[in-house]
Amino acid sequence: MSNPLMQGSGVMLGAQGVWRYFGDFPALRDITFEIEPGACVALLGHNGAGKTTLLKLLARLAAPQKGTIAAPPLTETGYLGHGLGLYEDLSAIENLRFWGELHGAAEEASGQWLKRVELDHVATAPVRQFSRGMRQRVALGRAFQHFPKLLVLDEPFTGLDERSVKLLQEVLREALERGSTIVLSSHQIPEVMALATRTLKLDRGRLV
Amino acid sequence: MIAAAWQIARKDLRQELRSKESLNAALSLTVVLLILFSFAFDPAAEDSKQWSGGLLWLVYSFAGALIVNRSFARELMNDCLEALRASPVPSSALFLGKAVACFLILMGVELTALPAFCIFYDVSLLGAPWTFIATLALTTWAVTVLGTMFSALTVNLHMRELMLPVLVYPMLIPPLVAAIELTRGVITGEPASEIWFRLLIGFDIIFTALAVALAEVVLTD
Amino acid sequence: MREKLLYGLGLAAILYLVRNLYVIFLVLPDELAQGAIYRVFYFHLPGYFTAALCYLLAGIFSAMYLITRKWKWDSLAAAITEVGLPFAAMNLITGMIWGRIIWGIWWTWDPRLTSALISALIYAGYLMLRQAIPDPTERAKNSAVMAIFAFASVIFTYKSNEWFRTQHPGPVLSIRTGGGTIDPQMEWMLAHNLFALLLLAGLLLAIRWRQEERQREIESLRREALSFS
Repeated sequence: MSNPLMQGSGVMLGAQGVWRYFGDFPALRDITFEIEPGACVALLGHNGAGKTTLLKLLARLAAPQKGTIAAPPLTETGYLGHGLGLYEDLSAIENLRFWGELHGAAEEASGQWLKRVELDHVATAPVRQFSRGMRQRVALGRAFQHFPKLLVLDEPFTGLDERSVKLLQEVLREALERGSTIVLSSHQIPEVMALATRTLKLDRGRLV
Repeated sequence: MIAAAWQIARKDLRQELRSKESLNAALSLTVVLLILFSFAFDPAAEDSKQWSGGLLWLVYSFAGALIVNRSFARELMNDCLEALRASPVPSSALFLGKAVACFLILMGVELTALPAFCIFYDVSLLGAPWTFIATLALTTWAVTVLGTMFSALTVNLHMRELMLPVLVYPMLIPPLVAAIELTRGVITGEPASEIWFRLLIGFDIIFTALAVALAEVVLTD
Repeated sequence: MREKLLYGLGLAAILYLVRNLYVIFLVLPDELAQGAIYRVFYFHLPGYFTAALCYLLAGIFSAMYLITRKWKWDSLAAAITEVGLPFAAMNLITGMIWGRIIWGIWWTWDPRLTSALISALIYAGYLMLRQAIPDPTERAKNSAVMAIFAFASVIFTYKSNEWFRTQHPGPVLSIRTGGGTIDPQMEWMLAHNLFALLLLAGLLLAIRWRQEERQREIESLRREALSFS
């Protein structure tokens, strides 16, 4: 990696003069920031301010047209976007094993996760039959069972039931204890602020 | 990379075997078309051996369009495609895995429908079984590799079910023509020119290479 | 300035075409074996060359877009494909008229005819795909990939024809045959008309290109406006 951000300073996450366009319209304009390891960053801003776009860049789902992004490789990243990323026809355990294998998670991680979220008794039932809350608990395992060094979450608290909110907060706290870095966007300010060590605010594609 | 491709293929196959959504649709379409065509073209006609092979490939290519259409569309529910792109799987492996899954599903449909074709049209393929099987495999791969690519290209479109055949069929004409000629050779017992095999193999190599090379471009924003 | 240049180019193309039509219909004699109908050839072959050049450039522009990700190449690829199709149609239609007179049929499933038709269908598909994708970045990227597949496919179809028997007349130009099969006066006229058609294609390309660029500007302004609401 010849990225200046990656060298010397010990920074593993950041952006340097990043622009990202839709057509001619810049969704992100000249974004520069650094995030120190172990931080929990809350990304704030109105709808359409560019939060999702920036998170996707950090999760390496897209590349900027101008500037550079420093981020860990995909094997060390966990991304939870708007969708749950579960296959309806596969069982909970099949889903978790599939995603776990792709991310290089330990083999027993999937089973352990289901036990933790108290879904081990329905491990072999197709996700199709799960309630919303159950799916959310499986999806958290889908994204984070491989203990990534970087967790990227786009509006993770939106639409979660009470139990899942608690679980998510637990997962994020544990990740921070392990020394992982978290970047998340949210409207639910209180839930986020309980964890966040710092904030970044976007307004129409600019950091303010 | 091969391991990752196989994981994707296995997942797709498992999903398809569970839901059977495109398997059932493709199989019943195949049978219905075979019946319908028997009214348009008399299977008892003297020259039926000349055209029945072509008819078989028409039916197969319709089934193929149904199957490849689902390939990437299957990933839309719950944003699985986004999750896949956020995973460390290389795009080329993702593409190849999906193409292999489509290939196996389509081969399954084709082989299941084959006895119906042989009975309805009083055709025997036993004269040159290996020629037929090679034709079947090479052409099915041509259909699936191009079809899966266009499934990825059109996955975000509202009209993807309509767009995909319109875009893919014209490009598939050369391999389908080759398959028709080779199959006619098998059915009539007068072997077709070996040039058709060369065409099929050339098509498979060129378009597989192109698709794998461009998978990264197609699957990242 | 650019406007005036376009008008000038347009006028030149029209005058040139009129001059060519005059020579083709009123100056040149009938062909020995075919009579008057051979004249469609002055549009048939140049139309084909122009369309083929457009297909080739569409592939190059698309590859350039994927390499550089500059909008210019995307608009150029879209514009040149649209410009190429009418010339492909010119080639097909003049060919059909000729076939009706000489062969007695409008159409025959000859590999060469078939491949010309398939190519036109593929590029029509390209334009449909462009229409169907609303997001400009995705549209540019996906249609560029499609254009590359389209070009590979056209080349493949064309090359595979050389293996098949064809009843289409063989090459007549002296660079392909070494001379002797075509009257120099007629070949000269072919070159003239090819040049006129290329001029026309260049003009259309310039117009369509500008429209594409404007359209994209409008799209992004619309997005900008939405971001303030």
